[in-house]
Amino acid sequence: MKPTLKIATGAAVLSMLMGTTALAENLKIGMVVTLSGPPAALGQQIVDGFQLALDEKGGMLGGQAVDLIVEDDELKPDVALLKATSLIEREEVDFVVGTVFSNMLQAIFKPIVESETFLISPNAGPSTFAGNNCNPYFFVTSYQNNQNAEVSGMVANEEGFENVFVMAPNYQAGRDNVEGFNKTFEGTVTDEVFTPLGHQDFSAELARMSTSGADAVFTFMPGGMGVRLVGQFDGAGLKDSMKFMSVFTTDETTLPGQKDAAVGFLAAGNWAPDMDNEANNAFVSAFEEKYGYIPGGYAMQAYDTANLIDSAVAATGGSLEDKDAVRAALKAADFTSVRGDFSFNNNHYPVQDFHALTVVKRDDGKFHTSFVRTVVEDYADSFASECGM
Amino acid sequence: MSLTLFLILCLNGLQYGLLLFLIAAGLTLVFGVMGFINLAHGVQYMVGAYLIFAFTGLTGSFWLALVLSLITALLIGLLLEYVVFRHLYSRSHLDQVLATFGIIIFLNELAKVLFGPATLSIDTPELLSGSIQLTEQLRYPVYRLVTIGVGLVVAVGLFLTISYTRTGMLIRAGSTTPEMVSALGVNVKQLFQIVFGVGAMLAGFAGVIAAPIFAIEPGMGDNILIIAFVVIIIGGVGSIGGAFVAAILVGLIDTLGRSLVTEALGLVFNASMANQIGPALASMLIYILMAAILVFRPKGLLPAKGAT
Repeated sequence: MKPTLKIATGAAVLSMLMGTTALAENLKIGMVVTLSGPPAALGQQIVDGFQLALDEKGGMLGGQAVDLIVEDDELKPDVALLKATSLIEREEVDFVVGTVFSNMLQAIFKPIVESETFLISPNAGPSTFAGNNCNPYFFVTSYQNNQNAEVSGMVANEEGFENVFVMAPNYQAGRDNVEGFNKTFEGTVTDEVFTPLGHQDFSAELARMSTSGADAVFTFMPGGMGVRLVGQFDGAGLKDSMKFMSVFTTDETTLPGQKDAAVGFLAAGNWAPDMDNEANNAFVSAFEEKYGYIPGGYAMQAYDTANLIDSAVAATGGSLEDKDAVRAALKAADFTSVRGDFSFNNNHYPVQDFHALTVVKRDDGKFHTSFVRTVVEDYADSFASECGM
Repeated sequence: MSLTLFLILCLNGLQYGLLLFLIAAGLTLVFGVMGFINLAHGVQYMVGAYLIFAFTGLTGSFWLALVLSLITALLIGLLLEYVVFRHLYSRSHLDQVLATFGIIIFLNELAKVLFGPATLSIDTPELLSGSIQLTEQLRYPVYRLVTIGVGLVVAVGLFLTISYTRTGMLIRAGSTTPEMVSALGVNVKQLFQIVFGVGAMLAGFAGVIAAPIFAIEPGMGDNILIIAFVVIIIGGVGSIGGAFVAAILVGLIDTLGRSLVTEALGLVFNASMANQIGPALASMLIYILMAAILVFRPKGLLPAKGAT
């Protein structure tokens, strides 16, 4: 091949490549979630929930075809950072949706918001970005991490528990949840026990529990820890002598492993699969039909996130260049949340109702959390006042 | 802390220790006899747990599933030995580490593909599902008592086999001077295979026992492998007796430490301070013990006779 021809071909190829990029005006959404290791089930719920909303709208959000790029952060901050930077620099995504875990969010936060790309968290809601460090490019569609535990404290008051045994894993989220519970609980905390993260054998803690004389135990044991704790709690015969209440311990991701042992346990949350409203009924039945399992809060929040983006893109008429307009459209939260009332606070964290939940067994033998009563309406987090937005 | 609570903690420590022993026994033999670093030993524990889950689902009976799981765990161990490990005995430790680490990744991912990433559980067998009333407030699950008994029986059986049978004698001899044993006409390859298969089966058995108490999830063997290495270093590499003593020691220290350290610190510091430091210090205890052993008795508490 002659050199000139080479150049000509090269140029042709180049122009074709550039042509395709110019043509593709698809909405690009990058997702950073945990899809490996034991917590992979949580990330999978987020992917499934988001995908369901996308499929229901024929693969379009706000009238634009969507390219969804899903990345696995492997629960390693450096990997999360790498994947997030590649999403904003190489893929030039319009939105980043992530993460499951707060420490992953902390890893990807800075480069994303500094590139003026909107970051929407479908689950992690750390206090770090709710107060002083709130950011115009950051939105949370789940909750602020402390809130569920704070509501648990209110539930404990309402149930009339006077002495509560509190237990959580020894890391930031564990301590946050204990702090949240103590903030609203008016009775006596008999013990505060911190276990190692990924704790296997709770027998020592269970023995302390049974001699503590507490009416109830409050705990935060996400994932496999929760499955082990609930099984061992049941095995030790404690179910008859004390109440069990928790956050992120008996949810739709762990109940398939906990089964009957968890029935009747109390929880607090912003949603339950059987909450009776039209949007929610449609979401849960469509989700179950498509994926064969009952969605948990993670899937619900991801579904809402997709609908939020849909509403924002539609409101701006598809022009995402004007960041202020996009932000205003997101902030308006002009979509039907399956959990009912939903709006954003000044710090872009949600203002929503929180409920007391309990674990039930459905007629077909599957388990899920069930709505009992609304504990607090339009509950905002306590950091919003520190946010200057 | 009441005396009953202390006794319960001791029982729990004993139970945890015996579980560790089942895993460490195979590891110490494979490491001691063959000089082979098998990181994939922990994954055999996970395999055992998934096997009992799958077979309980298929057969509906825990006991039938138990038998099937043990046989399958043995077969998987032999298969791995035949396909992978056999080719690594003469290679450097680094090669062994790399290859067996690959097996961990492969089997963890395979478990995820076959059973999904979510945490699974199986019910305690009906016969053992009750709990015994120890005092007015304290109940202790029957299943845990039974696991203590079973663990002790296996330990005694293993000790007798190693000490008094011909195979045991060959294993002991092979662990110190494999060349000499081979020169005397013993089929060392076959001996290794037996040790390997039994080791894998014991780890699988530990997984089976653990399944109803702890949850079943991909990667569940990774942490316990580290503890098992701590156990064989404390006990002395290649020594079954050492593994037993060290496993019980580690089990008791870990379990008692978690409650006692925080309480003890509570006497010195205020409660919240003790709550901050206690859990962190408690989870370090066994590593501190290991470090101390490495400094003062580098060959372990009960080193294998003639080990170099």
